[in-house]
Amino acid sequence: MDTLLEPLGYAFFQKGLLVACLSGALLGFIGVYIVLRGMSYIGHGLSHSIFGGFAAAQLFASQFYVLGAGLWGILSALAITTVVKRSRVGADAAIGVITLASFALGVALFAKFGTTGPSFDNALFGSILGISSTQIYGLIAVTVLTAAFVFLQYRALLFSTFDPDVAIVSGVRVGRIEALLMVILSLAILATLTVVGVTLVAAMLVIPAVIARMLTDSFGRMLTYSTIVGMICGVAGMYLSYYAGVPSGTMIVLVGATLFVIVLAFTGGRGLKRSAGLDSHSEDLLAEPAA
Amino acid sequence: MTGTGVGPELLRLDNVEAGYGQQTVLHDVSFHIHEDQFTGIVGPSGAGKTTLLRVLLGTLAPSAGTVYQRPDLRIAYVPQLETVNWNFPVTVMECVLMSKTRGRRLPWASRQEKAQVLDVLGRLGIGGLAQRHIRELSGGQQQRMFLARALLRDPQLLLMDEPTSGVDVSTRHDVLHLLADLHEEGVAIVLTTHDLNGMAAHLPHLVCVNHRIVADGSPNEVITPAVLEQTFGARMEVLEHLGMRVVVDEAPVSYVPGMSD
Repeated sequence: MDTLLEPLGYAFFQKGLLVACLSGALLGFIGVYIVLRGMSYIGHGLSHSIFGGFAAAQLFASQFYVLGAGLWGILSALAITTVVKRSRVGADAAIGVITLASFALGVALFAKFGTTGPSFDNALFGSILGISSTQIYGLIAVTVLTAAFVFLQYRALLFSTFDPDVAIVSGVRVGRIEALLMVILSLAILATLTVVGVTLVAAMLVIPAVIARMLTDSFGRMLTYSTIVGMICGVAGMYLSYYAGVPSGTMIVLVGATLFVIVLAFTGGRGLKRSAGLDSHSEDLLAEPAA
Repeated sequence: MTGTGVGPELLRLDNVEAGYGQQTVLHDVSFHIHEDQFTGIVGPSGAGKTTLLRVLLGTLAPSAGTVYQRPDLRIAYVPQLETVNWNFPVTVMECVLMSKTRGRRLPWASRQEKAQVLDVLGRLGIGGLAQRHIRELSGGQQQRMFLARALLRDPQLLLMDEPTSGVDVSTRHDVLHLLADLHEEGVAIVLTTHDLNGMAAHLPHLVCVNHRIVADGSPNEVITPAVLEQTFGARMEVLEHLGMRVVVDEAPVSYVPGMSD
């Protein structure tokens, strides 16, 4: 019990725990849509893109670098969507080019001009030290916004994730829903960067959702399980980070990876194939569903 | 079974061209759909059947020509089973409820909505499968589930992409009877198929497509060697069996084991 209580005596850990718990829940929650849409790579790309936004925004508006980074991330997401829709460039290639160029720009700007915001290492790998009240309020606001968006658009989001063509015919504004999802994703990444770090945000978007998919065949339950798994990863990762003396993001992701291996061992990866983008549909065609 | 389309008009294409990027798939297509229509769009793979369906659905804008759709027309669409992600985590109930995207905003279904879903599933003979995962259904049951989702919209026009592709003979018969019943109830139906004997020959009205409309009429009018050769690019023999047209491939003799000289 002392092991659990001792770190709570420090204000920075209390804040860190709250932020890690919220970050895990938020990324786990929104990660369900990202994984089921086969967009796992976009989380990876956008987090790198926002890193570039951090660096660039500090040059032009140092007081509002978080806002600038968020705007940068949203514009990157919309640029990817536009390039994919209006050209023959595939989504993976568009994400790769746009977000890695942005990341490279960020590294160059950090190297040339330094930073007034988070340090290079903290931005990359996350840190619980020095989390401000503003960051906590920002994370709470994004979590509430995300929950409200999913609550109000639950049916449209589910339909457009499962079957976008039929959703359009049924009156769902799929383009608008996808754009809003990209905006929410960008905000979620921005709000959680300080804890998990740029390089590990994508892992926390994907791992809880993939674990949840192995545990259930129901969409509603998958959302719940993924959120809970994300929270568990956040809390356990924070404690391990405290005692091991390593960046919080790495431990949060390692807890997630360990849970993934355990659940995989018990379930055999049920439900993973197509959902995680690991399978073509050809096997499904060959398999005769049970009567 | 009537269904050649003489009732009020629901949808009309006039001299439509459509495609993807620089590639035009459909040329100069004019096509009418009426209230009492039951039509099969027939053609080989790559002939533009699905493209035509997408133009009718409104998900693909034509590059030339005009599309007229009756105001407030309720269209429902049943996709090809092969295009569906059967590992997606939804139960039959969750899947059918997707069509209820208007009105109620809450994530969970109301009692009335659940009762509606169970009612339509019951009508289609799969009332007991509501809580099953969609992959646990047979091909025929999967087709019925998507029909249930479509019917929950109370459509005036039902569009279906290859509804009998990849299903067995018995399921094909079931689907055909189901569609005939729906048509009798007043739903206009347009479906695509490349199955001439199993599907097309049983429909009241056919449109043969090969990047343009080759022929349009009853099976007796369009299932002819000349039209089929124009449509499929291969010579086929047409036989009469119990008043129905049966198409036989004219395969070269050397392809048939024991028949080559």
